[in-house]
Amino acid sequence: MRQKRFGQPSIDMKRVVITGTGIYSCLGSSIEEVRDALYQGRSGIVMDPLRKKTGFRSGLTAKLERPDLKGSLHRRDRARLAEEGEYAYVATVEALKNARLDEDFLANHDVGILYGNDSSAKAVIESADLMREKQDTMLLGSGSIFRSMNSTVTMNLATIFKLKGISFTISGACASGSHAIGMAYLLIRSGLQDQIICGGAQEINAESMASFDGLSAFSVRESSPQEASRPFDIGRDGLVPSGGGATLILESLESAKKRGAGILGEVVGYGFSSNGDHISVPNVEGPAKALRLCLQDSGLKLEEIDYINAHATSTPVGDMKEAESIDQVFGDVKPYISSTKSMTGHECWMSGASEAVYSLIMLENSFVAPNINLETPGREAENLNITSRTVEKNLEVIVSNSFGFGGTNASLIIRKFRD
Amino acid sequence: MNSITSSPGAGVISEWSMQKEQVIEKINALLIDEFEIEPEQIIPGENMLETLEIDSLDLVDIVVLIEKHFGFKVVTEEMSDINTLNDFYEYVYRKMAA
Repeated sequence: MRQKRFGQPSIDMKRVVITGTGIYSCLGSSIEEVRDALYQGRSGIVMDPLRKKTGFRSGLTAKLERPDLKGSLHRRDRARLAEEGEYAYVATVEALKNARLDEDFLANHDVGILYGNDSSAKAVIESADLMREKQDTMLLGSGSIFRSMNSTVTMNLATIFKLKGISFTISGACASGSHAIGMAYLLIRSGLQDQIICGGAQEINAESMASFDGLSAFSVRESSPQEASRPFDIGRDGLVPSGGGATLILESLESAKKRGAGILGEVVGYGFSSNGDHISVPNVEGPAKALRLCLQDSGLKLEEIDYINAHATSTPVGDMKEAESIDQVFGDVKPYISSTKSMTGHECWMSGASEAVYSLIMLENSFVAPNINLETPGREAENLNITSRTVEKNLEVIVSNSFGFGGTNASLIIRKFRD
Repeated sequence: MNSITSSPGAGVISEWSMQKEQVIEKINALLIDEFEIEPEQIIPGENMLETLEIDSLDLVDIVVLIEKHFGFKVVTEEMSDINTLNDFYEYVYRKMAA
């Protein structure tokens, strides 16, 4: 019997475990590749001169190729998938394989999908351009609407994998991926779903990043792209846009045991809040509340937290506010902290899910990935135990933070599975 | 076929016939390359929706394909008379010849 949440009557809540992960990111296109990159502190950031020519203030972006799915997917499925759907598909194939969930299982169980995504900009822009050119809706092609809708990722993956459980997209800006995991956790915990594919996807094309660049939010350290994303460092000058797809298979412990699945970790806490403040500038109270609620939900003590995967995006204000919120909640307790965005850049709608995957990799392989490019911590981060180097350490419990525009906050706690 | 009975002379008939051959070849190539149909699915005399496993969404894409490669816009009402690939070849050929 799990503890009460927010004073609600105790119900027989199920334990929620993670049985498979998949990733398609600028650090690698498989869990193994990404593990090596995280351990070695490798950056996936590059400079794209074409962005400068087309009016971008910053040409920095992630190094990520679109996967070639001819031969893997039918023409119809490929025509309906936007860029971010392709990333989500590849990551999900890997996750299902790692979880040993085959076609047969999906056909005979009500597996759900809750995926984080908050744009399909390029698909919409291409259709609009074609409409202006052809002046005829019948020449847009049948795939256009399925690529353009906000729920493009879940509608396509539910169709491709023939899923029969819950299915919708969660849009919560840069907290989308975390909220997707959180919502899946709540549904499985309450017994409404046994297995849910969750994750986050993010397109990285220039069209989708243009208006973000127009806020002057991106780093302009173009002379050394791999040093541009420097969360918590005093010399940080903005985030670097990135993307890809990350998938986690969440299921009830009963379901995992029944089919003899390997267990990568257990989700034990989810906390959320909104800032009720500025649309793009975070505050301290909101993230601190999400963190506290997450800890309360897990029933764990501060001292039991080994590592915090920070949201920190390398913005001057954002990192500072998060540092203050962590300091406020944790006080004298100093878990290791790093922001993997130092290597990946800001994976936006994907980040909550990808960072959960990165955290699981660290959990499984007993190391803390470095917060690279941290040479001099900003004043507010001086009190925190942020590591700029890889630390070999057995980890039991990790926290992952994600915050987004509109002040939406999510914190997750994942621990090593103990029966 | 109407085009043969109305053609003015033998030389022009063979030129039109060759053009029709080219239309058939081009359509088949597009079906195989862009629609990723297997060559053995191309059975001109049978119902094309069944042999090519085409659904209503695919018909939308066929309209796009024709506009792109043959330069004319299909009128939806005209498609209702097309059952086999032979009907389809004939339709496209007539539009091209017009």
